[in-house]
Amino acid sequence: MLILTCPCCGVTGEETEFAPGGEAHLKRFGPGSTDDEFHGYLFEKVNPRGVHFERWRHANGCGKWFHAARCTVTLEVFGTYSAQTTEPPQDIKDRISAKRPGWSWREFA
Amino acid sequence: MSTRLATGGRLLDRGRSTEFTFNGKRLRGHPGDTLASALLANDQMMVGRSFKYHRPRGIVASGAEEPNALVNMGEGARFEPNQRTTTTELFDGLTCASQNHWPSLEFDVGAINAAFARFLPAGFYYKMFIHPRPFWKHVYEPFIRQSAGLGKAPRDRDEDTYEHFHAFVDVLVIGGGVAGLQAARAAGQAGARVLLIEQTAHWGGRAPVDGGTVGGAPVDKFVEETVAELEAMDNVTLRRRLMGAGVYDHGYVLGYERVTDHAPDAPGPRHRLWRIRAGQVVTATGAIERPLSFSGNDVPGVMLASAVRDYAVDYGISVGDRTVIVTNNDDAYRTAIILRNLGLEVPAILDARAGGGGALADEARGLGIRIETGKGIAKVKGGKRVEGVAICAQAGEGAVLEEIACDAVAMSGGWSPVVHLWSHCGGKLNWDEAQAHFRPDTDRAPTGADGTGFVIPAGAANGELDLAAGLKDADSAGKAAAKATGHKPGRKAAPKAEEQAGNPIEPIWMMPQGAGIKLRMKSWLDFQNDVKVSDVQLAAREGFESVEHAKRYTTLGMATDQGKLSNINGLAILSDALNQPIPQTGTTTFRPPYTPISLASIAGEARDRTFQPIRRTPMHDRHEARGAYWEPVGAWRRPYCFPRDGESIDDAVQREVAATRERLGLLDASTLGKIIVKGPDAGRFLDMLYTNMMSTLKPGRCRYGLMCNENGFLMDDGVVARLDEDTFLCHTTTGGAENVHGHMEEWLQTEWWDWKVYTANITEQYAQVGVVGPNARKTLQKLTDDDISAEALTFMGWADVTLNGINARLFRISFSGELSYEVAVPASQGCALWDMLLEAGNEYGVTPYGTEALHIMRAEKGFIMIGDETDGTVIPQDLMMHWAISKKKEDYIGKRAQQRSHMTDPARWKLVGLETVDGAVLPDGAYATAEGHNANGQRNVQGRVTSTYHSPTLGRGIAMGLVLNGPDRMGEVLDFPKVDGTVMQARIVDQVFYDKDGEKQNV
Repeated sequence: MLILTCPCCGVTGEETEFAPGGEAHLKRFGPGSTDDEFHGYLFEKVNPRGVHFERWRHANGCGKWFHAARCTVTLEVFGTYSAQTTEPPQDIKDRISAKRPGWSWREFA
Repeated sequence: MSTRLATGGRLLDRGRSTEFTFNGKRLRGHPGDTLASALLANDQMMVGRSFKYHRPRGIVASGAEEPNALVNMGEGARFEPNQRTTTTELFDGLTCASQNHWPSLEFDVGAINAAFARFLPAGFYYKMFIHPRPFWKHVYEPFIRQSAGLGKAPRDRDEDTYEHFHAFVDVLVIGGGVAGLQAARAAGQAGARVLLIEQTAHWGGRAPVDGGTVGGAPVDKFVEETVAELEAMDNVTLRRRLMGAGVYDHGYVLGYERVTDHAPDAPGPRHRLWRIRAGQVVTATGAIERPLSFSGNDVPGVMLASAVRDYAVDYGISVGDRTVIVTNNDDAYRTAIILRNLGLEVPAILDARAGGGGALADEARGLGIRIETGKGIAKVKGGKRVEGVAICAQAGEGAVLEEIACDAVAMSGGWSPVVHLWSHCGGKLNWDEAQAHFRPDTDRAPTGADGTGFVIPAGAANGELDLAAGLKDADSAGKAAAKATGHKPGRKAAPKAEEQAGNPIEPIWMMPQGAGIKLRMKSWLDFQNDVKVSDVQLAAREGFESVEHAKRYTTLGMATDQGKLSNINGLAILSDALNQPIPQTGTTTFRPPYTPISLASIAGEARDRTFQPIRRTPMHDRHEARGAYWEPVGAWRRPYCFPRDGESIDDAVQREVAATRERLGLLDASTLGKIIVKGPDAGRFLDMLYTNMMSTLKPGRCRYGLMCNENGFLMDDGVVARLDEDTFLCHTTTGGAENVHGHMEEWLQTEWWDWKVYTANITEQYAQVGVVGPNARKTLQKLTDDDISAEALTFMGWADVTLNGINARLFRISFSGELSYEVAVPASQGCALWDMLLEAGNEYGVTPYGTEALHIMRAEKGFIMIGDETDGTVIPQDLMMHWAISKKKEDYIGKRAQQRSHMTDPARWKLVGLETVDGAVLPDGAYATAEGHNANGQRNVQGRVTSTYHSPTLGRGIAMGLVLNGPDRMGEVLDFPKVDGTVMQARIVDQVFYDKDGEKQNV
């Protein structure tokens, strides 16, 4: 059972306080997008071994969504940050680079 | 025979006696006994039968690793199967019975399986019961089911209580042996908050039995002093009878405390599940002795050498008058020495090592014990009890050199560290060639949230089997754990124990090493599940080369003991058969819990009323007093109907519908979801959320809306009221309120976070009552001076009014097709409103109605219900609700998905009404069949029923359903086969069965 820190209210809590929300940094495709784009957005989620970016909600807490950068193999949490961004903040990326040199995830590295 | 010695028994209170019952026999033991030691004291060596062959089974071990001595414990509400006698503390009045035999333990019909053992090898069931196919269901499965399971399943409701307990510590030390004690002391002295837990009732683990000295004094004294020191430390908590059950992510550990198992009449819960968060976990879980694989090693009376001396030292038990020792290491000599010093006979020590033992062997020789090196057991003689052993050369094929009469055999195949807790969360193992066991690879520890290791093994659990080395290891483990949690360990050195020089173990996986098939077929690996050396070899021959496959094929290690004795021996045999080194074979996965924990402890307090709190509307008690027949809707309880004296449920529902349609009905609609959406961008946001346009709604007006998910599927519906320019009140379904609110927040927070919108779920802040029927307005008008005339408050309008001094919001909306209002008041005024409406409606014959009448009335009007007409795969277009889908909007959640080819397929089933030809009621969920069969030989289908009721208004069965090309096939008759084989016919009609023009609601 993971321990996560909600970047919104600052509480560090048990996994049971949080609800997972799948992959982070999805770009929404709506009307006007091609079938491939929409299909990719809706169904093609990555689930890598290693560095991963996820959405979580502090469901039994402040109720806010946030993002977590995590290693799916060792369960190391590199950091959590606001969901109101389109890419991981630089300090999180630096922290990952220090621990997992050469990492990449989707278009981020 | 096994018996109690006249003196001795370290753990016993010999001054008192304890009475208990085994298989109806009344027996006596002493306080301090385990059930196993008390049974042995009464010469009850045979305690059960094995799973497959029903072989007689005796006590093998003295602790948690015991595979055989499982009993049905207790009676009635306290009955529990598969309880290990070796970990059950004896108490007065204990009742237990042996398992897996019929008619009796001594004479068992199932033992016939043993005679057929050579026809029942590994994989027998897979091979045998596959053909002919139909036999599986009617012949094989019932037969196998009858013989499955060891103990009996409990019948009565568990009357004990259980609870959960949360603990947060810097350092958790699992295991209260000498290593655990020293680790706890080292961490405690550094100032860390320490929790030390021990699964048994005693501190010190094996050390007091095995002996040795610490700082020149007997190890018992070290245990005593360390416990006293720890108890005096404020930052250290000690708990006995608390097992470390599992280690999980980020330092989460489950502990299983058997609080009153040993004293059932004491106050408090029976078991307590500890949910521990630890900065660091020290696993000082000791080691488990391995059996040796020789023919007849399962005969009652063959025990682990360590268990034999445990019973002697701790409980004053002699398991036999003459005990032969067989070993491949020095440790078992301790058993011989202890037995001889108690005055018991040890006819021989068979040491499979050609070189024999070290200092301990010399001590045994000095006591005059016969030692045979390079020798082993060819076979054990006896059936229900050991009668003797035939000895042979270990290097040979089993030619009998000599037979020795004895009534017990103490075997030792070496020691395996208990690495379970280390491994649960990913700790890796190394094969230690010299000690012939797997031990933790401390460079590959389980890692926590920060990426560093959080588990440290200590003492024997880390492969440090010697007392001196173990103490030193534990001391550094405790200090390392303290340091890792931010404390500064002192420089004080670990207490020094006397080192013992000895000869190394020699791995012996089969005895004798050249044993033929006859011997191998009687050499047990897994005593409980009846897996023998020959079975694992067969599995390897048949291609089950992965240890995980071999395990499942043979069932090795799959019994309730999870292979604590058998796994290492089994994978050594497998490695040998595959001609590969043991580390290449590897181990099976260690999974929590370490030993079985009760389901009740997992449930804790979450049972009965506290399992899930019931949500009650403000008027709940009024409904209860009226005799409501309740229906659970999510966590809510809603009245299904209000039966009168002697009235059936069906009759009550029909009466409520008729009364509402003809006069006046009242519905408690408080459970309906109510969400405030407020802000300058609220209209824009709701345009994205609903399929239709909400931003154009005028304050004072209501609009029905559909909500889809991004997949395009319908997820909720409800009436939206615009309260003012910036504020909307969204009604949701009863079950959907939290979900819809979460859906809104998700989009607001993660996609349109720059939009100025705020949401609040106010579902429970309001009581809401539906006032429904031709007399609805007249009734409400009696209660208010406000103008609520048809002209002032038109259909789909709302108004703030005062009802007898209560501030209320009146929505003129209808889910029944009648003239209808929903009245919302603050929750605290719910009962007052309800009483007021009942009184005012009295002259009109007011009738409270429940959810079923609500459903029938909406179905008569052809209104859809989320969860009936929708099931997560239905889009609004399927329900012919194009009128509720905006064509003007560029985007809404689900719009793009609804343009996908499958969503626009004209062959999607569409909503229609269904009217049975004979007026009967269609079964819910029934399928309409079509010509022909599909690839699986099933009838083709062309539609299904989504809602079906008997309509009291129309006096016939009505239904809605999704049908292929349904709207184009009005008047066609479809076949709906029923489960009983008969076929019902129904005609496709318009789904609005009642008041098609809406004249009733627009008055």
